[in-house]
Amino acid sequence: MRKIAVNNLDSLFAAIAAEYKLYIPVDTDAGAKFSEWSEGAKLSDALNTVRSAKDFFFPQTENLVDFKMEGKTIEIIDNRSECEDFAVFGVRACDVKSFEILDRVFLSEPVDTYYKNRRDHGVIISMACNKPAETCFCGTFGIDASAPEGDIVCYKTDDILYLEAKTEKGEKLLALVAALTEDTDNSAVEAQKKLIKERLDRLPLKNLKADAFGDGKTSKFFDAPEWSELSETCLGCGTCTFVCPTCQCYDIKDFNTGHGVKRFRCWDSCMYSDFTRMAHGNSRNSQLERFRQRFMHKLVYYPTNNDGLFSCVGCGRCISKCPINMNIVKVMKKLGGKEND
Amino acid sequence: MQEITRDILLERAEALLADGTVDRVLGWKKGEFAYDVTPAVFTTADELRAEFVWNDFCGANFSKYLIKETAKKDTKVLVFLKSCDTYSFNQLLTEHRFDREKVYVIGVPCNGMLDPKKVKDKAESVLSVTDNGTEVAIETLYDGIVTVARDELLPDRCLNCKSKKHVAYDELLGTEGDVVANARFDEVARLEAMTPDERFAFWQNELSRCIRCNACRDVCPACTCEKCVFDNPNSGVDNKAPANEFEEKMFHIIRAFHVAGRCTDCGECSRVCPQSIPLHLLNRKFIKDIDEFYGEYQAGAEAGSRAPIVNYDLNDLEASEAVERGNE
Amino acid sequence: MTDMKEALIPVLGVVTDIRIDTPDVKTFRVVTPDGKKAFDHKPGQCAMLSIPGVGEAMFSITSSPTNTEFMEFSIKKCGCLTDWLHSMEVGQQVTIRGPYGNPFPVDTAFVGQDMLFIAGGIGLAPLRSVINYCRHYRDRYGKIDIVYGSRSMQDLVDYKEIIDEWATDAGVNVHLTIDREQPEWTGHVGFVPNYVKELGFDTNKTAILCGPPIMIKFTLAGLQELGFDKTQIYTTLELRMKCGFGKCGRCNVGAKYVCKDGPVFRCDELDELPDEY
Repeated sequence: MRKIAVNNLDSLFAAIAAEYKLYIPVDTDAGAKFSEWSEGAKLSDALNTVRSAKDFFFPQTENLVDFKMEGKTIEIIDNRSECEDFAVFGVRACDVKSFEILDRVFLSEPVDTYYKNRRDHGVIISMACNKPAETCFCGTFGIDASAPEGDIVCYKTDDILYLEAKTEKGEKLLALVAALTEDTDNSAVEAQKKLIKERLDRLPLKNLKADAFGDGKTSKFFDAPEWSELSETCLGCGTCTFVCPTCQCYDIKDFNTGHGVKRFRCWDSCMYSDFTRMAHGNSRNSQLERFRQRFMHKLVYYPTNNDGLFSCVGCGRCISKCPINMNIVKVMKKLGGKEND
Repeated sequence: MQEITRDILLERAEALLADGTVDRVLGWKKGEFAYDVTPAVFTTADELRAEFVWNDFCGANFSKYLIKETAKKDTKVLVFLKSCDTYSFNQLLTEHRFDREKVYVIGVPCNGMLDPKKVKDKAESVLSVTDNGTEVAIETLYDGIVTVARDELLPDRCLNCKSKKHVAYDELLGTEGDVVANARFDEVARLEAMTPDERFAFWQNELSRCIRCNACRDVCPACTCEKCVFDNPNSGVDNKAPANEFEEKMFHIIRAFHVAGRCTDCGECSRVCPQSIPLHLLNRKFIKDIDEFYGEYQAGAEAGSRAPIVNYDLNDLEASEAVERGNE
Repeated sequence: MTDMKEALIPVLGVVTDIRIDTPDVKTFRVVTPDGKKAFDHKPGQCAMLSIPGVGEAMFSITSSPTNTEFMEFSIKKCGCLTDWLHSMEVGQQVTIRGPYGNPFPVDTAFVGQDMLFIAGGIGLAPLRSVINYCRHYRDRYGKIDIVYGSRSMQDLVDYKEIIDEWATDAGVNVHLTIDREQPEWTGHVGFVPNYVKELGFDTNKTAILCGPPIMIKFTLAGLQELGFDKTQIYTTLELRMKCGFGKCGRCNVGAKYVCKDGPVFRCDELDELPDEY
């Protein structure tokens, strides 16, 4: 365990930024966001960023491959390049967990090299949540906000930042800033963990349970009459899917620049009517079906294919951002039976 | 605090269900917290009593839902509309988007709704919100009770409320309000006073945050096309992400043009934007221009009225004058 | 990283032959620019074909894996990309990636079985690969019956191959039908599901169904009336796809992805999936 005075964070960031492209959460008029560190940037105290940290590995849009077309011939241009090393500071336990959920999709065969490239070069510096919010329910999915995962795990008290490397990548980065930090024992961190745990115990959603859902529960929930009521006023926008750290569906599109064709990938949303539209029909014609797909995917289909792991991390972004305030908590309470009342 | 209480709304809803005037009620359902009420359709008095709410966070404009609701059945639906919502209601009637006969409107006076974003900016981890009409007490997880002046928690659209008058209803609760003086064009004027470069930088910054979730479009009562050009695979502009830097602006600018003259300035676009982009300013600029060039016009003030830009008048601005203005 | 193969980056293909099958179906022969087969596949698998700037879509590989020279795709004109493909001339390059999906169990469950193929319209495309595979390894399978129907005589895909090759094979019975009477047609007239019932097959067979959803629905019911069990019947599904290997998230039916876990499903497996296809 290493430590550094909070008022010395600028020098820590400067030292990291000398070797890595460094991102830290900063405050803006539109909420906190991860932003590339530069001299004078101030670390946000906000619990979470408006957009999730998935953007670092699975950006909203990215170029996959280029084509040049001439007459009947096509040239395929693979323009992938090695990503530069980067570090993301201040990732919360929920968002760190989301990377494992994304990994299981993108790193399974065939490996998504665009994602792996960024994953290989990114160092995650996580931060325990001193003040979990009323919208937090990471505990429902077995995530401990007092002990996040990550390459380096940080704890922050009023004046000290504690850092502990958990992986080889993390050790390498910490070694780089060894001169700025000093060794310390675990006592302060243990006290901080205890404080956080007490706070987690007071959260209004602390009793939310996911036990009713999971592997093999498709037939139990698919035809539930409650979907109709739950989806009744859904606007069919993509807000929940785009602010979600684990939503990973994508579309692939071509854009003709006039000099060639760029094939790009962008986030897509199962809430959109054209998500499953084909030339001769659509397998999900109603908003009820599309709404059901999103929650069944997170609570049933994903766990079925991934050893029971749910694809929700309880970050609470959908709770804050849905235009009609419908969200996975309301769905789980409605469908999850008595234990969630 | 709203002058009309939940109980009054509940009583009317139950009575109208009981006497068969309506067979369902479009209202708000309570959430997990103080601020996360959800629009819902209630069909029984029991459901209403259990979950119906009317509080400072019932900001959603229900007018657009009437298109879907009235298409479902031949029977009547009861809807509660705030004064600003009734303008959208009229505008939709003007555009023949639903059958007036299938709707029973109760006008509800409104003192301005609270903005959950502002509440959360003032107080972290909100457990409950109590409003005495001038001050709001916010119970928090870590900082006890934080008391804030009510005005500080109003969204822009309520701070600049354009009318307390209900322009459409079958029945009005409380007393009839008036069109009120407001400063809603001040921010537009401030943008107009910028140099083109400054203005471009302003919008570049704001729109660069767009994640193309379509919430603004999907909530907009003026966006009622059955097939939006941005969803049409044959339009060439159906991309879900910007293919280049300008495309995001194009989406919002095209949308603003498309609703020009029909936008009632209800402010739903800015309310729902997950990225806090002040989208309503684009529409307000159009409204201000229309007012200045063609005479004052409020979309939705009167059902069936013709907006200046779809109505010929001898005093209309000549095309050449419009070009001149662009060169100013 | 950049030396790793990326599944989303396709390879080049050249169209070396275009056969007009019906007024709206053409069969395209595709090889790599150096004249080879782009990749090996198994019967029932699919490939992503694309014209950059127009679109990319999944098509079943119509030719048999036993054909080591080239691949063929029978494609019905029904959208933006297929319109473009239909306007192509020989020599046009396309991009191709694959193979995708689970094949028919031709080397396991089908071995030693009497086979009953039932197709409607363009539904013959995915079955042609299996039929020709079974014909190639003729001694591994029992009797082969092929029931194929289309709207009209002109809409029967691969008509020449069916008449000249399939129908002349020993142990292969071809039963053709068209929906409505035509002056020059001397064969059976009527819908596929009814024809299957009229033919009244014995039930010690493995049946493979492919065609429009309505045909599948009624033929499946017909086969069950004849005494077939759902475990004896296979079909293929088609949903909108983008990646082809279970990541882009749109072609799922319940927890199964059609691109990865399908497109071939045994009908009893389909019963376990939610009704959303």
